[in-house]
Amino acid sequence: MADYNLSHLDQLEAEAIFILRETAAQFENPGLLFSAGKDSIVMAHLAKKAFYPSRIPFPLVHVDTGHNFPETISFRDAYADKIGARLHVGLVQDSINKGTAVEETGLNASRNKLQTVTLLETIEEQQYDAVLGGGRRDEEKARAKERFFSHRNDFGEWDPKNQRPELWNLFNGRKQPGENFRVFPLSNFTEMDVWMYMKQEGIELPSLYYAHKRDTVTRNGVILAVSEFVQPRESEVVENKMIRFRTMGDATITGAVESSADTIEKIIEEVAAARQTERGNRADDKRSETAMEDRKKEGYF
Amino acid sequence: MDLLRFTTAGSVDDGKSTLIGRLLYDSKSIFEDQLRAIEESSRKKGDENVNLALLTDGLKAEREQGITIDVAYRYFATPKRKFIIADTPGHIQYTRNMVTGASTANLAIILIDARKGVIEQTKRHSFIANLLRIQHVVVAVNKMDLVDYSQEVYDGIMADYKAFASRLDNIVDITPIPISALNGDNIVDKSENMDWFEGSSLLYHLENVYVGGDENHVQARFPVQWVIRPQSEKFHDFRGFAGRVAGGVFKPGDDVTVMPSGFSTKVKKVYQDESELEQAYAPQSVTITLEDEIDLSRGDMLVKANNPPQQGQDIEAMICWFSNTNLNPKGKFIIRHTTKETKAIVQAISYKIDINTLRKEEDTSSFALNEIGRISLRTASPLFYDSYNQNRQTGSFILIDPGTNETVAAGMIL
Repeated sequence: MADYNLSHLDQLEAEAIFILRETAAQFENPGLLFSAGKDSIVMAHLAKKAFYPSRIPFPLVHVDTGHNFPETISFRDAYADKIGARLHVGLVQDSINKGTAVEETGLNASRNKLQTVTLLETIEEQQYDAVLGGGRRDEEKARAKERFFSHRNDFGEWDPKNQRPELWNLFNGRKQPGENFRVFPLSNFTEMDVWMYMKQEGIELPSLYYAHKRDTVTRNGVILAVSEFVQPRESEVVENKMIRFRTMGDATITGAVESSADTIEKIIEEVAAARQTERGNRADDKRSETAMEDRKKEGYF
Repeated sequence: MDLLRFTTAGSVDDGKSTLIGRLLYDSKSIFEDQLRAIEESSRKKGDENVNLALLTDGLKAEREQGITIDVAYRYFATPKRKFIIADTPGHIQYTRNMVTGASTANLAIILIDARKGVIEQTKRHSFIANLLRIQHVVVAVNKMDLVDYSQEVYDGIMADYKAFASRLDNIVDITPIPISALNGDNIVDKSENMDWFEGSSLLYHLENVYVGGDENHVQARFPVQWVIRPQSEKFHDFRGFAGRVAGGVFKPGDDVTVMPSGFSTKVKKVYQDESELEQAYAPQSVTITLEDEIDLSRGDMLVKANNPPQQGQDIEAMICWFSNTNLNPKGKFIIRHTTKETKAIVQAISYKIDINTLRKEEDTSSFALNEIGRISLRTASPLFYDSYNQNRQTGSFILIDPGTNETVAAGMIL
């Protein structure tokens, strides 16, 4: 029977591909959230595998805060092109112009929360009935309770106390008109699994994930890259540091780690030795103990 | 590195959270910022010790009430294996949650408080593990430090447990381990406080228990999930059937039969992305092409003629009822079985099981929330199925309320 053993990565891959195909089969008009962050690149890679030799039967969707590193946007466009996928971009700036989203002010202002508005508007405008995301249960304690097929009401809200049980390989995507689903094929991956899987598959990543020199400021204990969107404040010292990013988000809140890991092998070593969760550097999660749950209830991923 | 999925079951005070916390902590799966966050929360709540339960109880309502509402999934890995824990709460909603957690698990850890011995809850948990056909059970007799690490106490508990468990035929192996989750006895390393215990530590057992035989690699079953037709110039005539192998092995050249049409053909190729495989087996997700152009779509099944599944509209099953609205005879539902969806009506309710005594109650006409029992169903179109005891994938189904779209029952075909 030794012939019939699958490695843990192969089992996780088989599960994720099953979920992606199930999403295509059970929904009329799904979309796959794609930010050019590592989890969404893994998602797009799995989708390509799931439907080969067809193209992915749904578009890539990017909710763009407008506060991105230029490397992210060029990677996004090139990747969509390479796999022959349609790309739809929802702009937070459009929501702000329309007046549906209001730019935060003050010292710790960020567009992270506004993404939810634009996401919900994009879902409504494009009539997506399921949106695939790269969320993982190991990321955050509220996400540990998330389903593969996560039901959202007419307002895009999550009701964590009243979720459908998920048994075996049987996923219930039935819904009323106006409701939709968030689908998380990577639920059972951990950060380490994602890195090991990217190594196994030879997946290319934006250069921001690898160690490089960059001007930074340290704000509330978080190392932020100096950019168009993050300017040093009075009393802040700009330091040129060797850094890399563990997650990819809005440039105003995504913290870097000091690192010399410039290959995937070195990153895996670093992840194995890490004593902080990858979201430990995300200022958005630090706002309160249940910041993630609160945002998810409103419709965030 | 392979994968082991297990569930933990226990009641509120028998140290389940402490055990999980210790496994995560000792395998370095708890990060400093997580630990700091729960230290802070424990301090705010006025707890004396760091409350490891806060690691798994992530929802606001859970933290406020100090209870677990839902199944939480936790992850850790050692150099040998990756583990997925389905942590199921021990309070009143336990049945629904435990059934859910158990449905994908290879192993269950059943916790017994050494001071209390085998109680009703131990029996309920074991019954559900058996019903969901978890073949490997670890009976962890916890809080051994509070009974002076007494072999006599432990032997007494295990004698009681084995007398009860002899009725549970799906459980292939029962591994008892005396532990103290709080002090770490027999968790990672063998305990010096219990040199009379000859077995291995809990983590050693979890790393080494053989679960490769749990999948059915004999009866070939391939439920079609999605048809791949690229309609591109390069793949003009390509027609591939995408799905996840639910049993047996499929190789190029194999004779296969299509359910329900009954047509026979041969497997042409087995694809996984761009690569062609020599064989596909459960639980791989692959794409199969066939020698002949035959009608085959989602909900149909590829099988081998010498070992076909059962086919029919009259289904006998054990179900666990999940809804606040009672199940009544003649109730109509949507049934989802493998990749097929059809309608079903409840023809009869045969009995329900009192899971405290394991007795059958035959004079019953409805099921309430969390009740388990046997029913007869009639489906609108035929299912291709095996008994749950032979194949967990082709022997399981869920019932969906067509009005609310809620999943209201989990079923195991007899």
